[in-house]
Formats: sequence, C-alpha cells, structure tokens
Amino acid sequence: METLERIIAEHPFFAGLASDYTSLLSGCASNVRFDAGTYIFKEGEEAGEFYLIRAGKVALEIFAPQRKPIMLATLGEGEILGWSWLLPPYHWRFHARAVDAVRAIALDGKCLRTKCEQDHDLGYEVMKRFAHILQQRLEATRLQLLDVYAVS
Amino acid sequence: MMTTATAAIALPDPMVPRPYSVSQVLKETADTFSLTLQPADGTAADGFQPGQFSMLWLFGVGELPISISGHSADRERLVYTVRSVGQATHSLVRREVGDPVGVRGPYGTGWPMQAAEGCDVVIVAGGIGLAPLRPAIYEVLGNRPKYGRLVILYGARSPRDLLYRKELTAWSRQKDTQVLVTVDYGGVSWRGHVGVVTTLLRYARLQPSRSVAFACGPEIMMRFVARDLETHGMGREQIYLSMERNMKCAVGFCGHCQYGPHFICKDGPIFSYDRIRPLLEKYEL
Amino acid sequence: MMSRFQESRLVTTEARSVASLQHLERLIPALHARGFQVVGPTVRDGAIVYDVLEKLSDLPAGWTDEQEPGRYRLKRRDDQALFGYVVGPQSWKKYLHPAEIRLWAAERQGQTFRILNNDAPSPRRAFLGVRACELAAIGVQDRVLQGDKYCDPGYASRRKNVFLIAVNCTHSASTCFCTSMETGPRARKGFDLAITEVISPTSHEFLMEAGSAAGSEILRDLSVSPAPEETCRKADAAVEHTASQIHRRLDTSGIRELLYSNFDHPRWDNVAQRCLTCANCTMVCPTCFCTTVEDVSDVSNTHAERWRKWDSCFTQNFSYIHGGSVRTTAKSRYRQWMTHKLATWIDQFGSSGCVGCGRCITWCPVGIDITEEVRALRETPAGKEGGHGNA
Repeated sequence: METLERIIAEHPFFAGLASDYTSLLSGCASNVRFDAGTYIFKEGEEAGEFYLIRAGKVALEIFAPQRKPIMLATLGEGEILGWSWLLPPYHWRFHARAVDAVRAIALDGKCLRTKCEQDHDLGYEVMKRFAHILQQRLEATRLQLLDVYAVS
Repeated sequence: MMTTATAAIALPDPMVPRPYSVSQVLKETADTFSLTLQPADGTAADGFQPGQFSMLWLFGVGELPISISGHSADRERLVYTVRSVGQATHSLVRREVGDPVGVRGPYGTGWPMQAAEGCDVVIVAGGIGLAPLRPAIYEVLGNRPKYGRLVILYGARSPRDLLYRKELTAWSRQKDTQVLVTVDYGGVSWRGHVGVVTTLLRYARLQPSRSVAFACGPEIMMRFVARDLETHGMGREQIYLSMERNMKCAVGFCGHCQYGPHFICKDGPIFSYDRIRPLLEKYEL
Repeated sequence: MMSRFQESRLVTTEARSVASLQHLERLIPALHARGFQVVGPTVRDGAIVYDVLEKLSDLPAGWTDEQEPGRYRLKRRDDQALFGYVVGPQSWKKYLHPAEIRLWAAERQGQTFRILNNDAPSPRRAFLGVRACELAAIGVQDRVLQGDKYCDPGYASRRKNVFLIAVNCTHSASTCFCTSMETGPRARKGFDLAITEVISPTSHEFLMEAGSAAGSEILRDLSVSPAPEETCRKADAAVEHTASQIHRRLDTSGIRELLYSNFDHPRWDNVAQRCLTCANCTMVCPTCFCTTVEDVSDVSNTHAERWRKWDSCFTQNFSYIHGGSVRTTAKSRYRQWMTHKLATWIDQFGSSGCVGCGRCITWCPVGIDITEEVRALRETPAGKEGGHGNA
C-alpha cells in the first residue's frame, strides 16, 4: 500500500493534493492488469472504478451496427481512464479495450465520490482536475473532427 | 502568342528552370509519391538546406513549389515527396523514369539546424508535413554528436496515409531517438495511438528548456502544436513552423505568397512561432 | 521641415537652361538620333495615355484633365500648354514592368528540354513627361524588382536603358496627394532631364535642367542658353503654386502602426460593401507589381513558353492554395491591398508603396479614396461590439 500511495502522490493528476487525501485514495486503490485485447469496461456498465494507466495502451471504442468497432482515441502511460463514475448516471459511455498488455492502478470511484460529497474541499480538488482532463480531451477531439489531413 | 524558336543560349535568370530527369518514382501511399530527380547534364545537383523547396516545372504544364525531402548531403540527386491534391500535382506524380522535370531553386529559409545544435530536437509532423522535415531528421541522425535527443512525433489521417514507414521503424531504433506515431482514424488492425498529434506530446522525453521544435503540417495543426509545446515549457522562439501560401515565382516578385509583411518564399517558409504568432491568429490574412 | 521645392532652389541658375518651343522641337529628333524610341503622353479615347511620340505635336497640347474620385474627363485649356495635365490611367510600368511578357521559351530535345532566350531586346526608350510622383514610383519598383534578394534581369535591362525626362507639375488634379507622400510636385532626382513649363498669354518657354551626363549631352543638342533669373523664379513659383493647390491629404504619421493595429476595425466592413474587387486600382497604380505566370505549349508539346502577366491581389484566386483561397472576402482583399501599400511595404522595402499619384482614387468605379479610408481608420477607434478573438 505504501508504494501505491507514493505512485498516486507523485502522479501529475494528484499533484498538490493534501497527503491525507492521497492516503484516502490509496486506501481505495489496487494494482490491476489487463491482457491485450481484453475489455477493461464496456459501454452501459456501471462505472465504479477509474484507472491510472501505468503501462500499455487503451483504446476507447464504440460499436455501431453494420460496422466494425470504431476506435475513437487511445490513452497511454500516465493518463487517466474514465470519468463517467463522477457524474450521474454513472455508466460507461464507451468501451475501453486494452490494445496491448496494460498495467494500471484502479481507484474506487464510488468510494471517492461518496467522500467528495462529504468533503466538498476534496470534491472541488477532484472536479478541477477532471475539468482539466475534459478540456484537453475536448480540444483534441475537436481537432480530430476537423480532419485536417483530408484533401480540401 | 507562340513564336518560332531560334537557337540561343539562356542567360542566368532566376525564372529559368534547370533540366533534371526522373530517376526513380516511389509510391509512398495511394496518393503520395516520392520522385528522385537528377540533373539531365550529369553534373552535380543543386545543394540545399533542410527545409528548403524547389519550383518544379512540367514542360508546358506549369510549376509547383515542392519541399525537398531527401538527404542534403547527397549531391547527386534531389528527392521530392508529392501528394496528389489537384491537377498539377496529379500530373507531377504521374511522371515516369526518364521524364524531364525543370527545377528552380532551392528557395526559402531552412530549418535552423545551427540553433538546434546542442539541443534536443523535437520534430512534429502532420500528414505530408513529414516530407520537408525528413531532411532535418537526416541531418540530425547524420551528425549525431552535434545534437541532443531526437523526438519524432508524427500524425496522419489513417494508417494507410503514413509516409516512410520503414524509415520510421529504423529511426525508432536509433540511440537517443524516440519515434511516436498516431492516426486520426485507426481502422481495424491498428495497434498504435489514435488521436491527434498533440496528444503525443505528453509522451515525448525531452528537456523543454534545451529543445527546439520543428513543426510542419496543416496550419490548424501547427497552431495547436505550437500552443501545446508552449504549455509543455518551450519558449516561442524555440518553436519553428513551416508556412505555406500560393506561390508563382518563389523569388519575391509575384507578390502572391505574402503573409503579413513576410514573403513566404524568401523570408520563410520557416518562421519562429515567436515571430508569426500574431499573424496566425488573424483570419483571412 | 523644408519642402521639396524650397530645397531645389539651392540649384544655381547656371545649371538650368531655358528653351523655347522651337528648341524643344529638336528634343525628339535628338533622342531618335541616339537610338531612343520616345514614349510619352498623348490623347486617345478620351484619356491621356502613354504611347510612342514621333513629334512634339503628339503631346496633348492644350489639354487638361479633371479628376475626382471615380471620375476622369479631358477638357480643353485656353492655352497650348504641352504638359498642363497630370497622370492618366497608365503609368510607366507599362514599359518597365510590362503587362504581358514572355520570360523564356523551351524546346523538347529527346528526353530533356532546352531553354531558349531568343526574345528581341526591347527598344531603348526615352520617357518624355515623367512626373515627380512617377519618378518616385519607378524608384519604388526598382527596390522591389532589382534591389532585393533577387533581381529581375529583364526589368534591370529595361531600366538601365531608359532615358528619363521629368516634367515638374504646374497643374494638379483634385485627386493628387504627392505632397503628403513627399514625392512631389517637384522632381528632385532620378531623371536625366527635367522640364518646367512656363506659359503665359505672352510667352511659352521651358526651364530645362540636366540630371545626368546623358541629359547634359541632349541639352547641348538643343542649343539652349542659361535661364535668366526671372524664368527660374516664374518656374519655381508655378511649381510652388501647384503644391499649394493640393488639398487632398494622407496623414502618414504612425501609419504602419495604424494599419497593423486595426485589422478588425469596422471600417473594413464598410469599404467592403463598396469595393467591387474590380482590380482597377492595382492596374493603374504605378507601384503595384504583382504578377502571375502562365505556361503554354503547342499541340505537339515540343515547344513551350512561360509568360508573365499582371495579376491583382483583388482576384478571388490570388491567395488560392489547395482547398481554397485564404482571402475569400472583398473585405480581406481590400484590407490586404491597403495594408500592403501603406504599411507592410515599409517593412519589406524601407519606404511606403504609395506615391500619392491619386490614380486609384480617380479610376475606382465607386470612388473609394485611400486618403479617406486612412482618415476613417484614425478617427473611429476600433469597434468594441461583437465577439472578441479566441482565448
């Protein structure tokens, strides 16, 4: 547990959080592994955990009828996977598939959510950090939408 | 308009092309080809600096500004990677071995290799933008002790649009070299990154204060890249972009390539982000 | 600040000669004898244009012009002055930087091609009647086409061979503003000969001034005598009077910063509603130099030619790169032209691109006045309503 706490505390996403919060988070954390090709979570499932990717690549996917799975984006080492646990209705919006072997730290989102409701200071810190991630993802998605490499 | 020709010798003139001939045509992707040209008279090819471009002339058809994408140390040939996007480029990529092509140049400012000496070099390429950056990559790899780490971040539309795949693999195996590739649309069997090239920045191992960045690609992409590089700690004067505008002469006479006060053909195409940031924000400049 | 005509009073009277109409009759033959083709103003189709002059009487004697924004009319004078008008729709770039010129020809030779440069050399020309603003314009184009990183050899050769006969203006049009651009009405330098016409009901003579050895040589052929003080005084007064008649003003103070900082000024929308993007201004402007190239070949594709033609930043395709044009709106194109002419030109070439000849004002079909546009940019601060730029 001690090493997990260190990893969490050192991760840029959690930087600046008071140590009792990082202890709190480590209390709900565990090391997880996913083999290449397995699904970490699927669209529609209840979102209880989120992940801090330590190695490997995760693809966000969506299934559409008559089409093969569409890969929207990949997330790699150091990135946070999953924010649907934070906002109602707490269900995953996309599939997340391990492209190669993935090692991650799973954090109990449900537990963290409850604690955020009780301690709004913690809640604000968490929300700020997720807002930043969402902003980056939104900007990247918009740029992707522009299809800048297409001919005219 | 047509007059009859009588024998005469052409005088040195910046508007007159030099006859070259196609010695190799390589299909890179469905719409992109690399042409190798060698002087028709067998003498040395015109020397160039990484980042410069030539005006390529097709007999009776017209001229196009194309970045040189080969080794600047190779004095026997000039290589151009051309994407077929319109009538003129379509004509150019359909050249066959032995066909004549007129070459004027090289023109423009090159990538600032001297400013990069002693620094980590970050190459950020989008689509066909990798072509004018390849000579800079060759320059770094060919003169390794002069430079720090080499980081190549490359984004294309889809896996089928990736250029120089074999070379990318070879480069990634070089010492102190990191190559990261991403595509906007992954497709079924792609196991690499999916997302815009800016998402690769977080994985780049470099020291921002001791780095220079060379970026080339669609203008929107370069704007996002430059902003993100700055967020990652690089100074505006350390970031260089290769700009593009309509060109007819490449020698500062036709007026077409003006970008604010700059003539892309002679003041550019490479500019520091510091210098052109105010212009990048202006719509319809 | 000493004005132009005051400065030139420093020229001593010995350097200036006086010529009668009879003396001046010898001018064109003297130029012909030295192999010059003489070109200058002549009346055609209701305007004063530049064309070949065979004799002095080809000049628009007794004509003057009335110019307003969007208006040009010729009117008869009540005297027979040879130079009693100002500039028309054409400028000397017609000869120095021609509207259409073949750059070179090429011929296929097996698997390669050969460039042929077999153009007949252009004739040596004498420009008779170059106004001070036009001399300045020639200087501006010199800087662009032979004084920068590359040199246009065709321009350089045409320029070297030209003999310039300036005329100091003794008449101004309402559209003139050379005084604001400090280019006239007196020709200061860059000419081989300068003429100031001095006409009254009782006399008609010309003050002649050599500006070069070649000019002095021609003067000797005319057998003129030194100008009396009185003639010099009258000539200077006439030019001074012309300057005082110029009321159109362009305030050039801080103009570069004015244009650079007003990219989003609402005035651009205003002018965009009027501007037809007809490109007249660029065609009549003596400093506009933009061109395009055209490649042509014969049916068998064994003979090709490259032609260069005037182009204008007002055209839709001027800024076209794969995918579309950068400047699609009339607003962006007018802004580009005006900003280039008055501001970015300074960064590029060290001087303004505008010489104050007023042609763009006269020949604009809707009468857009560049001096008015500058005034409007100064007077109204940049609009604050509407959205702000991106974060």
